[in-house]
Amino acid sequence: MSISRDDVRKIAELARLEIAEDRIERMARELSAVLDYAASLGQLDLQGCEPTAFAPAEAPLREDGLDERRLTPEMALAAAPEAEQGFFLVPPIVENLNP
Amino acid sequence: MSAAREAWRLPATALAARVRAGELSVAEAVESGWEGPAAQWEAEVHAVAHADAAARAAGAAAAQRAPRPGPLQGVPVLVKDNLCTTDFPTTCASRVLAGYRPPYDATVIRRLRDAGAVVTGKGNMDEFAMGSSTEYSCYGPTRNPFDLERVPGGSSGGPAAAVAYGLCPLGLGSDTGGSVRQPAAFCGVFGLKPTYGRLSRYGLVAFGSSLDQVGIFARHAGDAAAAYAALAGPDPHDATTRLSPAPDVWRWEHGVRGLRFGWPANLWREGVEREVIEGLEEAAASLERAGAQRVPFDFLPGGYAVATYYLVATAEASSNLARFDGVRYGFRHADSPDVRALYTRTRSAGFGPEVQRRILLGTYALSAGYYDAYYLTAQRARTRIRREYQAAFMRCDLMMMPASPTLPFRLGEKTEDPLAMYLSDIFTIGANLAGIPGLTVPVGLAAGNGRPPLPRAVQLLGPDDSEPVLLAAGRALEVRGDEARLGREHETEFAWPTKQ
Repeated sequence: MSISRDDVRKIAELARLEIAEDRIERMARELSAVLDYAASLGQLDLQGCEPTAFAPAEAPLREDGLDERRLTPEMALAAAPEAEQGFFLVPPIVENLNP
Repeated sequence: MSAAREAWRLPATALAARVRAGELSVAEAVESGWEGPAAQWEAEVHAVAHADAAARAAGAAAAQRAPRPGPLQGVPVLVKDNLCTTDFPTTCASRVLAGYRPPYDATVIRRLRDAGAVVTGKGNMDEFAMGSSTEYSCYGPTRNPFDLERVPGGSSGGPAAAVAYGLCPLGLGSDTGGSVRQPAAFCGVFGLKPTYGRLSRYGLVAFGSSLDQVGIFARHAGDAAAAYAALAGPDPHDATTRLSPAPDVWRWEHGVRGLRFGWPANLWREGVEREVIEGLEEAAASLERAGAQRVPFDFLPGGYAVATYYLVATAEASSNLARFDGVRYGFRHADSPDVRALYTRTRSAGFGPEVQRRILLGTYALSAGYYDAYYLTAQRARTRIRREYQAAFMRCDLMMMPASPTLPFRLGEKTEDPLAMYLSDIFTIGANLAGIPGLTVPVGLAAGNGRPPLPRAVQLLGPDDSEPVLLAAGRALEVRGDEARLGREHETEFAWPTKQ
């Protein structure tokens, strides 16, 4: 298997996902199956193939400008689960600011 | 039977002509599909994720009031639930976006409305467009109207099924690895995935940004052409749209006489169902009778594209889906002592299993120590794949191949085996990696052996900006001849599903 259970725990933490202990074994197996399949790329001759990040299209340049359709703060906040006085509200990020 | 009640049967272009002539109101054109076919089908097929009669009526009223009627005047369109609409929720069929209403319309939605069309609802889909069967939706699966025991394909299965059963003559989906072309094949309708950069992605919720492209479902090639003409072209809100004007699909005057179509038969030597191959053979013979020429050659097997895709697309998805954290929109986990727990609990409860699987895979492919082995190798393989297509199109004007290796499969058949589900896209993924356009063309029904007849289809692929050629060839296959060109009046009967 290309991916161990510890690998699953580590990447889950990086991705901010919680994978229940009883799902980890199966997840490792499923991810490994895809990665083992992807190993077939090793058989492909990639001599002279630079990486493609985007399907090549024209690369357009334009002048900076203001969009007349820009969002107002009220529109941007309207869908927030919690907002107050023009801000998104979240639980504490830094603890003990005033010890 | 009154004209208004039968309006749902009309091609989009014919429906728009009657609305412009004043023979039908926009509201009648829009409601016809809901009163007739949807009343009969929707409860079982479940193509629609969000319906709202009031929003629909408001959309119809706005189109009716427009000072200048458009080319799609009064045409109802079911759009996939990952395209932003101000009048309907946009949730990507995910709990993490529960109840979300975007503050703006996607550019393609805006252009639909400018052309006189009406958004008739939001189509069901695999969560965040990740899937090939429309079973991974938080609203439950969509079923195939041709056989309710089978899937409609995916991820844009809702719009595909709705266009097939008659709710509306046009649908919009998104195609990252075949999510328009494969469900079009399963539901027996046309499915166009345009050249990367031809349809704006502004307001399309991002999955794999270098692969995503908005696509079109239609029952007739001419309708797909009309929708493409209304939607394609540069958009200042999407820096990846091409700046040159989109090709004019109506200026293709040549039919298919003299057209060379590539025939890479090595791709279906094994692993492809007999009925699919029979559909290919029939379509090829039909194009030859119309004056086109078959050019056989071997092509790079699709497995390499699948391998490349599931590294590139998941890597991009893991990055794009980082924004769903419970802060700005949608669902938030109620019980989080700190902001890190808020992110983790919201994402773990909000994303379904397949989305989590892909985020993990992409995170792994991008993580330190594995980046070169997986992501970078995949990007280089992508270059090789694009070159293979470019070389093929030196020898032919377009290529013909299956859209899917199988006819529609049964619900539950592949949900327990992710890799088997991924291989369902083996013929469609290459076009996304190469950025080229593709068109699924229905070619009749395969008679059943103890099951209902199921749609057959072929896929046509062409070089960048070859949409006019693809649509002309699709039209020739639709009428089984060279004579009826795009935009020329020639009524063809659609192969409708029959109620079981």
